[in-house]
Amino acid sequence: MSTPGATGLILEEGLLFEQSVPGRIGFSLPAPDVPETDPKTKLSKNILRQKEAALPEISEVDSVRHFVRLSQQNYCKDAGLFPLGSCTMKYNPKTTEAAARISGFANSHPLASPEAMQGNLKLIYELQNYLAEISGMDFVTPWPAAGSHGELTGMLMIRAYHTAKGNPRKKVIIPDSAHGTNPASAAICQYDVVTLPSNKDGILTADAVKAVMDDNVAALMVTNPNTLGIFEENIQEICEIVHKKGGLVYCDGANLNALLGIVKLGEAGIDVLHFNLHKTFSTPHGGGGPGAGPVGVKKKLEPFLPTPLIIKENGTFKVERERPQSIGRVKAYFGNFGMLVRAYAYIREFGPQGLRHISEMAVLNSNYIRKGLEGAYHLPYSKPSLHECVFSDKFQKEKEIKTLDISKRLMDYGFHPFTIYFPLIVHGAMMIEPTESEPKASLDQFIEAMQKIAKECEENPELVKKAPHNTFRSRLDEVKAARELKLRWTV
Amino acid sequence: MEFPDDLKYTKEHEWVRVKGDTATMGVSDYAQEQLGDIVYLELPEEGEEIEKGEPFGVVESVKAVSDIYGALTGKVVEINDPLTDNPETINEDCYEEGWLIRVKIANPKEMEDLMDAAQYQAYIKEETA
Ligand SMILES: Cc1ncc(COP(=O)(O)O)c(C=O)c1O
Repeated sequence: MSTPGATGLILEEGLLFEQSVPGRIGFSLPAPDVPETDPKTKLSKNILRQKEAALPEISEVDSVRHFVRLSQQNYCKDAGLFPLGSCTMKYNPKTTEAAARISGFANSHPLASPEAMQGNLKLIYELQNYLAEISGMDFVTPWPAAGSHGELTGMLMIRAYHTAKGNPRKKVIIPDSAHGTNPASAAICQYDVVTLPSNKDGILTADAVKAVMDDNVAALMVTNPNTLGIFEENIQEICEIVHKKGGLVYCDGANLNALLGIVKLGEAGIDVLHFNLHKTFSTPHGGGGPGAGPVGVKKKLEPFLPTPLIIKENGTFKVERERPQSIGRVKAYFGNFGMLVRAYAYIREFGPQGLRHISEMAVLNSNYIRKGLEGAYHLPYSKPSLHECVFSDKFQKEKEIKTLDISKRLMDYGFHPFTIYFPLIVHGAMMIEPTESEPKASLDQFIEAMQKIAKECEENPELVKKAPHNTFRSRLDEVKAARELKLRWTV
Repeated sequence: MEFPDDLKYTKEHEWVRVKGDTATMGVSDYAQEQLGDIVYLELPEEGEEIEKGEPFGVVESVKAVSDIYGALTGKVVEINDPLTDNPETINEDCYEEGWLIRVKIANPKEMEDLMDAAQYQAYIKEETA
């Protein structure tokens, strides 16, 4: 079998500023049919530019080629395997893209009256219910614009809940196998973070929680499945311990892709849970946004849900804009509505059986890779993993080859590297998440490439240390790039 | 990797050099190697109080951002100011030029919790096993 890496015709491309030719223009406008006005005569001086804006002057062809060439230097899921662990880079079906472009959705105005947007409101209302049903939560707010924004929203609700009881409490317990955004979200809500080590199997034990749980703990924040791809199997017992002391349990549900139709975390006792629609329900990741990170809560947190709330009354949908104990708005208008449309279409297209099948295939694919690479790479945790698997560079270190080198070499074979150096509890982590989108042939190619690299590490370590060799650019000086940030083009 | 015998070490991979009632602190050779190329450093101000086991600064490498923890409680009397402009010095010379802060020791008893070079090396071995 062969792997897809090959050198192709990828073209150099300079900055638009460098291509600028004075007077060149990319459009033509008809002669104005109203008298031209000089802005200087109409606008006050303090809002007028003193100097001409130094914009590049280029033709239409120049600009089209510029962006096409840049896009060809890029790599995307539509081109091949993108096994970034923790990111769930699944293929985005074109049907959901088409749904988001339906004119009634795409062209609706966020300030239209509720009567004029009944369809949109119905879609959001039903999506909330689907997410609640999938997760076993009672209510869902769809507004947060990212997973981390969902965490912030969830923690604000937890704070409001405790405050309403008379004491916001001081601490949030977070295991070291939680996602990195979790402690940040708790800290922004003014909680002290207590880090709890996971055990030798990579999970949290009930005893460890019991030892630190007291009535100053507002919540335990746990990622499940955790960042090692391992299911926190003690979750039910842990929830009982936290609840006994009056605390709440926040679950980072961003890894839900492993559990659809199989586990309802709400039934295990979780009080607040966020979803990453861009990880689980196949909305685009879009370079950091726009994303969507809805949050599910149990009944006792309902009064604190962010506004607006969508209420169904006698078959019509209403927008409730105020609620006395609500934490208020977390996002303008109706969140990233286009993402909600895509997730809705995805859920409706697959249905309950289909969603379960997605998770089963995601877990199967990950375990297929795990099995295929066992022995060639060190597996720091032997406990069964779900949708992603984490290896380390321990075996290759003997030849002084690091995770970074291996990931660079992988590009020569035509694959996007996996997530490296995360989670932090594994030294030299290689975190691989193929998702359900990959056919077996592509998994086999990936395994073959990784096996070849393991062999190269033994037989020709320099080849790996100097990789990549076939890519458009060889190894970049990442240190210099970080130390000497240049964020602005100057002549 | 080097671990000078005249220094004491913490489980969070800081080193301490005690002279009279002041302690100089930095990160160990193991820590700088694990971090990889360091690109950014944040230190406390002179006069600030730092606490044993609590973060007093931040190092950022191309791999990750990490807190630096106080090895002992005390008041910061001097910081290695030039280091924030040249954080790569920590990679090059973590025990001499790459020192981070000097602290007036508040509680000498805390020194009993520090490890010597042999104990620290054994600790690293255990941690990476
Ligand atoms: C487990 C987990 N939690 C939280 C997040 C944060 O989500 P976002 O990047 O949308 O803010 C991620 C992102 O990948 C994640 O994997």
